[in-house]
Amino acid sequence: MALARIQVPTGVKPGDVVEIRVVIQHPMETGYRREQGQRVKRNAIHSMACKYNGAEVFRATLSTGVAANPYIRFFMRAKESGDLDFWWLDDDDVEGRAKARLVVA
Amino acid sequence: MKRRAFLALAAFPLYAAGQANVHISTTDPLVFALTKGRDVLPGKVKLDLPAVADNGNSVAMTVSVESPMTEKEFVRAVHLISERNPVRDMATFYLGPHSGRAEVSSRIRLNGTQRVVAIAELSDGSFWSAAAQIEVREAACTDGS
Amino acid sequence: MKWIGILALVPVLAMAQRSGLDYSSEEVRRLQASDFENPGMLWVDQGEKLFKQHCAACHASMKGVAARYPRVEGGKAVTLEQKIRHQRPMAWESDELLALTTYVAHQSRGMAMHRPAESSVQKGREEYFRRRGQMNLACAHCHDRHAGDKLGAETLSQGQPNGYPSYRLEWQKLGSLQRRLRACMFGLHAEVPAFGDELLNELELYLAWRAQGLPIEAPSVRR
Repeated sequence: MALARIQVPTGVKPGDVVEIRVVIQHPMETGYRREQGQRVKRNAIHSMACKYNGAEVFRATLSTGVAANPYIRFFMRAKESGDLDFWWLDDDDVEGRAKARLVVA
Repeated sequence: MKRRAFLALAAFPLYAAGQANVHISTTDPLVFALTKGRDVLPGKVKLDLPAVADNGNSVAMTVSVESPMTEKEFVRAVHLISERNPVRDMATFYLGPHSGRAEVSSRIRLNGTQRVVAIAELSDGSFWSAAAQIEVREAACTDGS
Repeated sequence: MKWIGILALVPVLAMAQRSGLDYSSEEVRRLQASDFENPGMLWVDQGEKLFKQHCAACHASMKGVAARYPRVEGGKAVTLEQKIRHQRPMAWESDELLALTTYVAHQSRGMAMHRPAESSVQKGREEYFRRRGQMNLACAHCHDRHAGDKLGAETLSQGQPNGYPSYRLEWQKLGSLQRRLRACMFGLHAEVPAFGDELLNELELYLAWRAQGLPIEAPSVRR
């Protein structure tokens, strides 16, 4: 299961617009790279999304144009404490998930 | 150079500012698929890329759009398009009023010196754009061992 | 071949030891400086999990351990990766081995690499100064004589080991020092020794001596 690092701010109040950062471990293979002379097949994350207490707050279509171990930074409005559920899917149809807790006081 | 030609050339930037479709042609099939032929106006979008990247494998990028991000007026999506990458459609970020701020950062791959264009789609159906020219010293994808 | 010995006298000691970070671009430095953004930290996280699972039963803190490697054991050079494999022979350059190595090395971040005894690095020194491959070049040609000069669009570094395991943008992945050494030899169209080969181990030992106590940067970011 792929690893991800999620950064969520602290000291958040309801209504704050907060910055969320995520780094997902994934080679984002372009299909052009060679290893021992053999072409490595393309495999990149093509879809990712983030849900906050079940509601989608961010979605992206990515491609091989995004660097390996993709880093995404986006913003969202905080309401109440809840889970940030990340999901992603790659060209090999492998899903990945990661979770972080946002505390809103 | 003839005086008239010189004046015409000098005046072009003034002419171009505010003119639709200066960053990218709407007949570009990739753009047409997004806009269905609607004008793409320069403005509202800011695309932050360094002028020079030593390594095309990982280039820090931030794209932001001026918008109140309210239920009435918000950014629906931001598309990143490459001029020279084998895959020109780099990424699309889908936002909404829940985003609070229309700003996304990532790290992209660039196959050589080129222009990158960001097109923002607003809730009122309009399209806005920004472009950045970036010199890449070592190409990603088709270069390397 | 004999004159190689003379090259060996070229004052390596006079050359101030500079980490690869010194030769790196702003973007590379920025990535290395950010613990959140540094992609190498993904492997440290993974390594921490694996350590708790497989190693914590016998081992407590790993602080300072990586600074003592590579070292001599039974008259031969032994690397950190080799030691980590002592209970389970993980595949060389597997994510598992890389994660554990980076996690352990990371615990010594900022600490000076130890310096093996000069008498123990003769084999490695010979390899460093030996010409190899179709290109008929030795490590010394680029990394001693031409460190700081340009090779194409890139600036040649001193080839220091203190940043490894390193996230190289070129690899789009974290990799070991031996991966880098093998890649260089491949570039010279020389025979590439297998991971864990004695030649590479001895070369690592010499590089540790040559580094004169450069601080460990694992996981570093390089181009």
